[in-house]
Amino acid sequence: MMRRTAMAALLSHWRRRPMQLVMLLLGLSLATALWSGVQAINAEARASYDRAAATLGQDRLDRIVSGTGAPITQSDYIALRRAGWLVSPVVDGTLRLGQTRLNIIGIDPLTMPTEGLNADVARDGDLAAFLTPPGLLYLSPETADKLSGSALPPVKRTSSLPAGIGMTDIGVAQQLLGKPGEISQLIVAPGQRRDLRAIGEIAPTLVVKAPDARGDLARLTDSFHLNLTAFGFLAFAVGLFIVYSAIGLAFEQRRATFRTLRSLGLPASTLTGLLLAELVGFAIVAGVAGVLLGYLVGSILLPGVAATLQGLYGASVPGTLSLRPQWWASGLAIALFGTLAAAAQSLWRVWRMPLLAPAQPRAWARASESGLRLQAAAAATLFAATIALAGFGSGLVVGFSVLGGLLLGAALLLPVLLALFLALMQWLARHPIAQWFWADTRQQLPGLSLALMALLLALSANIGVGTMVSSFRLTFTGWLDQRLAAELYVTARSEPEAAALRGWLKGRVDAVLPIWSVSGDIADAPVEIYGVADDPTYRENWPLLARTPETWDRVANGAGALVNEQLSRRDGLEIGDSLMLPGGWTTTIAGVYSDYGNPLPQVMIGLDALTTHYPDVARLRYGIRLPPENVAAFSEALRARFDLPPENIVDQGSLKRRSLAVFEQTFSVTAALNVLTLGVAGLAMFASLMTLSTMRLPQLAPIWAMGLTRRQLVVLELARTLVLAVITLIAALPVGLGLAWVLLSVVNVEAFGWQLPMHVFPADWVRLAILALGASLLSALIPLRQLAATAPSDLLKVFANER
Amino acid sequence: MPLPPLSDRTETLVVLQGVSKSYGTAEGPLMVLQAIDLTLDAGQSLALTGESGSGKSTLLHLVAGLDHPDDGRIMVDGQEIGGLDDKGRASLRRSTVGLVFQQFNLIPSLTVAANLAFHARLAGRFDAAWQRQLTERLGLDHLLARYPEQLSGGQQQRVAIGRTLAARPKLVLADEPTGNLDEATGDAVMALMLSLVAETGSSLLMVTHSDRLARRLDRRIHLRSGCIDATTVPTA
Amino acid sequence: MNGRLPTANVTILLLMSVLLGFSQPMPAGAQGFAGLGTTAEGFAVPEPGKSFAFPRDHGAHPDFRIEWWYITANLMGADGKAYGVQWTLFRSALQPGDREGWNSPQIWMGHAGLTTPDRHFVAERIARGGIGQAGVTPEPFDAWIDDWRMQAAAPAKGSETSGPSDGIANVTLRATGAEFGYALGLTAKGPIVLQGQGGYSVKSAAGQASYYYSQPFYTVRGTISLPGGDVAVTGQAWLDREWSSQPLAADQTGWDWFSLHFDSGEKLMGFRLRDSGAGYTSATWIAADGTPSPLPPGALTVEPLSSAQVAGRTVPVGWRLRLPARGLDITTTAVNPQAWMATRTPYWEGPISVSGSHQGRGYLEMTGY
Repeated sequence: MMRRTAMAALLSHWRRRPMQLVMLLLGLSLATALWSGVQAINAEARASYDRAAATLGQDRLDRIVSGTGAPITQSDYIALRRAGWLVSPVVDGTLRLGQTRLNIIGIDPLTMPTEGLNADVARDGDLAAFLTPPGLLYLSPETADKLSGSALPPVKRTSSLPAGIGMTDIGVAQQLLGKPGEISQLIVAPGQRRDLRAIGEIAPTLVVKAPDARGDLARLTDSFHLNLTAFGFLAFAVGLFIVYSAIGLAFEQRRATFRTLRSLGLPASTLTGLLLAELVGFAIVAGVAGVLLGYLVGSILLPGVAATLQGLYGASVPGTLSLRPQWWASGLAIALFGTLAAAAQSLWRVWRMPLLAPAQPRAWARASESGLRLQAAAAATLFAATIALAGFGSGLVVGFSVLGGLLLGAALLLPVLLALFLALMQWLARHPIAQWFWADTRQQLPGLSLALMALLLALSANIGVGTMVSSFRLTFTGWLDQRLAAELYVTARSEPEAAALRGWLKGRVDAVLPIWSVSGDIADAPVEIYGVADDPTYRENWPLLARTPETWDRVANGAGALVNEQLSRRDGLEIGDSLMLPGGWTTTIAGVYSDYGNPLPQVMIGLDALTTHYPDVARLRYGIRLPPENVAAFSEALRARFDLPPENIVDQGSLKRRSLAVFEQTFSVTAALNVLTLGVAGLAMFASLMTLSTMRLPQLAPIWAMGLTRRQLVVLELARTLVLAVITLIAALPVGLGLAWVLLSVVNVEAFGWQLPMHVFPADWVRLAILALGASLLSALIPLRQLAATAPSDLLKVFANER
Repeated sequence: MPLPPLSDRTETLVVLQGVSKSYGTAEGPLMVLQAIDLTLDAGQSLALTGESGSGKSTLLHLVAGLDHPDDGRIMVDGQEIGGLDDKGRASLRRSTVGLVFQQFNLIPSLTVAANLAFHARLAGRFDAAWQRQLTERLGLDHLLARYPEQLSGGQQQRVAIGRTLAARPKLVLADEPTGNLDEATGDAVMALMLSLVAETGSSLLMVTHSDRLARRLDRRIHLRSGCIDATTVPTA
Repeated sequence: MNGRLPTANVTILLLMSVLLGFSQPMPAGAQGFAGLGTTAEGFAVPEPGKSFAFPRDHGAHPDFRIEWWYITANLMGADGKAYGVQWTLFRSALQPGDREGWNSPQIWMGHAGLTTPDRHFVAERIARGGIGQAGVTPEPFDAWIDDWRMQAAAPAKGSETSGPSDGIANVTLRATGAEFGYALGLTAKGPIVLQGQGGYSVKSAAGQASYYYSQPFYTVRGTISLPGGDVAVTGQAWLDREWSSQPLAADQTGWDWFSLHFDSGEKLMGFRLRDSGAGYTSATWIAADGTPSPLPPGALTVEPLSSAQVAGRTVPVGWRLRLPARGLDITTTAVNPQAWMATRTPYWEGPISVSGSHQGRGYLEMTGY
């Protein structure tokens, strides 16, 4: 009974201040939503990688792959089977169907071990149709819908396959992919006899790969998801600022109630328990709302993320989000965690509150100088640790830790800097209004500093990410111009067609540049090897980061290789170092080139070296040089002559457009998160100003009584908000640029393997400044309108003795 | 701005004619003041007494230009303040009127020194010598660097009085200036205020519920339910 | 081994319900259970009066729907224990004819069994034709799936006669499973025996038939591998070759089949086809010189005597067989009652011993339990 009464008394506060309650719940659900939205996207993507990794049991079974980059031959397979090895052949590859890419997996259901097939494919009644031409193609329903109308074998739908994967018989797949007789990998059944002849003895070019629980995709996309997580966390942290200030205020304002309840005999533990229960209740309400909102956020962002993952990594992630049960749990948990983290200090104070201490009517006590000094010291320590980390650590996690340290340190330092600045301004001010203005702004600082810190975080992130993206875009565009030098890119469908194409092209164009490649492993990690013709196109255009005068001669005569920046950084390779390539031959590095947007290490060798060492290389793709004005007519002629599908003839312009579209897509999610973060920071500002406005009257009334109009007061209040926002914006500039530098020089290198030059875009800052000031003004608008509309009688109540 | 010549001090500074004021409340309009007529000469001091709710604070606020009357005219220093806009009334409060409240209402973010100088600077009448003299008389010399929250009530009210008188307003309006102080402190502060007001040559309109304090002023008017009590007698 | 046809049929039947599923792109007659009781669309059909040519007919006949090379061996180990070995290569065609590469419609399946008095080992392989993983060449004879192989060999050294030179008189046989293996040399001590009417074996009153010949006269010498080590073995083996396209009547549910080596040198092949009615028995008596005498339906009576719980089913593992025309009244006892072939299509197959009017050994296969 006592508890119920006490709870009712505590809760009555929110009825009197519904706005505070709205802010608390809004902040909490926004924070939860952004965090869990991002988590949902990550979970969805990871689930689909896991499914992709488990489709052929790669997560549990050994696999045999080629050690040379050349495909496994059917005779190798038969030799292994006839030696007693229980292995099952798989051919895989990508099929372009208009704009869609389909990863085709061809299996032999007869030899596939049961552990090796995690999809409901080629079962019972379908097996004969699966095995006999034209075969069956299994697709996820989503993919089947997307591909309806394409020229494919008869399609069967199964939800047991991940999106973007088509499973069919190996014979059908070899035909679809134009890889007759090729095998990409062999699945090794469990429980092989021990007395079998060694694989290396039977087929010397083959190597066994241990099972891989995570899969290449999961590894490749790690950095992308960490990136997303980092921004989700930033948004969450910014949201928590709102929660922290709302809870802090509600506790301060209820101190008198707490005291009354305590003096009426409510033990401190019970009071704390009741408050905790209240907070948990709010957390659950906000958590549920946040999860739903997060689902919405995730659903809106997911298609963009899926497109990015497809474009960057070739990873297929469904465009729709499934609501997983663990999602609710994690969303509610993070809401609860956020609430308790934000309330810990306030709860501690209630727990320790002395019964007889005088009531403190002011919610935000003047921040003591020692508090600021402590904050400055913490910021300095954090900066020092961050610098040490940046200097000595390595890895993506370190990169993000440096980012975190930088942001947190800057946020901690902001109130200190503001206090110093305001003290200076007050000291410089001569006019009493000016003096009062600065002094009063300084007094407001503790109440606003959390919101300003949130604003600083959001602005810095915006500047940092904006600078990173713009720098990247500038570099990328220039790089594309160099890289895509050929006017036309043609892909033949088969070797005979390619031979005919070569013959036909001879004499018709300025140059034909083969784009032939094999893939293999260097030190157990996948690598692409390209052959490059000795042509001025490359000599003049190829974007080299490190070169010598002999670079191209050495590549041309087969004595040297170019490696991309990713490989150079990963293995610490420089010009002159030797490099062991798949197939076991060694070459020397002659240069390093930039290769943005490619997650894989890449090597370029002379065309002759490629065909010598990898005679089986597919010779299907060509870049064609010809006068730009002839491109349209020529591609028409080419299409007419070879009846090639449109996607096999691509001109430079559309390839660039496509690349840039992938680029923009990649950063659209980041941009969206940034805008959301800024929105949350604006909301934090609004919440703080609303809170402060309720306490402003007693501070403003005497000034008014001494001869200032309400209008003047409103203008001064507005100026105060703007001054704080502008200073925060100015402080955000160096922080944002630091952030951009870390992103470009540390995170990008760790995540993707390339470093980018930093460019500065002041026009963007102006735009951001207008946006930020607009947001501040907007957040000040409602409180100030209230002030402007305050009746004299309300101001007079401040002076009233008898009420 | 030069000080007004001494000869002006015999003029009538404040005139109220038929002033009425009501406030809207939950139970309908509440008549606070009804047809008040009142004058105050320059240099004169007048005590307003009455029960709680008799309207004496409201009357003070109307004279200060903090609020509008519903009806009637109010002249302060020859200006009809009913005809003034927000800006005009602010100017009146800045230059002509000085207010002392029961709750002191100091500016918490400013030091004692800055608080003391604030109104005078605002009115453009800051006089360093007068400021020093006032500080000394009020016994605030050693407190100048402190902030209001670090002062006792008596000290705060002395600052509030100093702040008002530093600007040498023609009219000092005081609302229960010692109401928050214990009797001994209150008496001391009151004595100090009265003598300083007298030295400044300002008129004083003071709301109090204390007969004892009221008797120390030139005149006295008693309000009862928003009307001037006929039994009111001049104290001097 | 005409018994084997239905037997294997049931085996294959079930397998084919998996494999064929009868979504075959055949214009008509493509309905019904596994289609085996229907007319064989596009497939060749056995005709009476075929003249067999060896070694050609040892090879595959891809125009027929199903075919097998089926060896069972009763062995005695140097350790004094009785052992049994089974080696089978099935061919089943999704469509008639053959094609190179993965598009081949020929599906091959191998079953290997090794029975000891207290263990029974099973292994299974399945492969597609056209790529070289499994197949049969008639000359020199070679039948294989993965590393399992039945291959013509030079006559074993020291053997007094080389036997008939029909291409399979001397063969080696090997298979491996996860825990077992065997490598045997087989030498025929008698001629190939044509079953039924000159190798045309009628399977039901409705006229289903197959081509069917046997080589029941193999002597065996070799090694079996068990988890405990290798054991040298000797004994007798029996090869059945059979191919057809529509061998089973629609209502036939299972099969009990016997191949028996009597100490006298005579052999008996007999079976009972179970159906919704009284069933149908058939048998061939083979003289010691290889002369076959087909017996009329019903001449042989079979009667279960005892049963065992095997793999959760009740399977009759002890039998009484009577063939009054030959004065035969015997009981058979399983060397290991748990000889369950836990393959995709499970069945019971294992060595037995014979007592009663005649003494000897043999193999028993039971399906549909």
